[in-house]
Amino acid sequence: MTNDIFYGSGFPYYQIKELPGKLIVLEGSDGVGRSTQIALLREWLENQGMAVSDTGLRRSALTQPGLGAAKQGHTLSRTTMSLFYAADFADRLENQIIPALKAGFLVLSDRYFFSIIARDVVRGADPNWARKIYGFALKPDIVFYLRADVQSLVARLVQGRGFDYWESGMDIRCADNLYDSFMVYQSRLIKQFDEMAEEFNFTTIDATCAPQVVFGELQKILRQTILTHLSTTG
Amino acid sequence: MLKPHDYKGKLIVVEGIDGSGKSTQIDLLYKWLNSQGKSVFFSEWNSSPLVKSTSKLGKKEKAFTPTTFSLIQATDFADRWENHMLPMLKAGVIVLADRYAYTAFARDVARGVDPHWVRNLYSFAPQPDLTFYFQVPVGVATDRILSGRASLKYYEAGMDLGLSDNRVTSFRLFQQRIINEYDKMIEEFSFSIINGVKPVQKQQREVRQEVKKTLQGWQGLPNSLVSTPRKPSVKRPRASRKPEKKTEVTLQ
Repeated sequence: MTNDIFYGSGFPYYQIKELPGKLIVLEGSDGVGRSTQIALLREWLENQGMAVSDTGLRRSALTQPGLGAAKQGHTLSRTTMSLFYAADFADRLENQIIPALKAGFLVLSDRYFFSIIARDVVRGADPNWARKIYGFALKPDIVFYLRADVQSLVARLVQGRGFDYWESGMDIRCADNLYDSFMVYQSRLIKQFDEMAEEFNFTTIDATCAPQVVFGELQKILRQTILTHLSTTG
Repeated sequence: MLKPHDYKGKLIVVEGIDGSGKSTQIDLLYKWLNSQGKSVFFSEWNSSPLVKSTSKLGKKEKAFTPTTFSLIQATDFADRWENHMLPMLKAGVIVLADRYAYTAFARDVARGVDPHWVRNLYSFAPQPDLTFYFQVPVGVATDRILSGRASLKYYEAGMDLGLSDNRVTSFRLFQQRIINEYDKMIEEFSFSIINGVKPVQKQQREVRQEVKKTLQGWQGLPNSLVSTPRKPSVKRPRASRKPEKKTEVTLQ
């Protein structure tokens, strides 16, 4: 097989012969409801007897302690942060996602490297540099982009966990307070996602609807696409 | 390949395999430049406190793959670059780096990552003003390393590559691969080659000559701690240390 399963050169030091599993990615803004949907999808797929594994940013056993500590200190500069996240991503890809796909699992990924690129570019990184880092990344079978405007994000956030330093982009101080900074920062991120939607062939879902409606949409599309090969019902 | 910089300071780099003698030379260079009244900053490969716990964990658990190893070392470099080397260069300081992006280009490629991919990772780092490549045959370097310590560490010996079950054999094979990568870069990055087999003093003479050429006509940030004219009658803190006082007297 050629390298068309990767965005770039992949992992030249080992060959991947076959990946019977499927990689399903949910991308989108902070607070857009990705984790709710992943939980629903997992339950639905497992009910049908499929082996499901999920993963998300900063869950690598290798980098989690160090990256967590670094984010506490707020001394993480832009390039350093980009590369640290890339290390986290690579570790999970090589040690969790690929082994799970080899074993035939459906892997549900809460974000992929697209979120990392969006954050990097909003912080001033060269978009081309950021993309080329992920030349080792596997192309997912499907990428759902849960899209919502900033106002809807705020409406959800105030009911939930409130405003957060990083989610408001306070490290780059888009404004002098969390709310205004959030509005500017998240708008910039949405712009990045919108641009990537075409480039990386995202399936865009309107995430301003009720969670059950969004879930129904995801189910419908999955049945029409990757699940057809896995002969499922329901 | 790397972009030239226009910072006020100067960036001087030493490269070469383990045991090539580069650290000894850069240490001597550091002291000499300081004594010349220059402001000098030293930065060493894989020394960022930010990444230390992750590096340690990965090494202990043998959890690194060539890609994650490369990315962690690039993170380490980026942290030192953004927080130390870059501001120092902007301030007009001579930055001395014990290993630079070229170490990754040699070592990570020897481990099997794509050469273009790793070059992109470090593309934010500029071309140094001067890069010394300490060239030694693998046998000489290996003997130096093995005589100085009890055992080779797992990644240091390149055990992750599965070249040999014997650490010393693996180390030699791994270092030879790295040498091959370095040699390929000599022209691409205009390395100044120093024969690392020559006596230390001779190498240092060559190093200083090259550095003088690079610094000719350049005015950096003076070192406020030593820039006062040398007068034997003025009692400076370091003069209280006897051996140094003696040296100074003989120099006058």
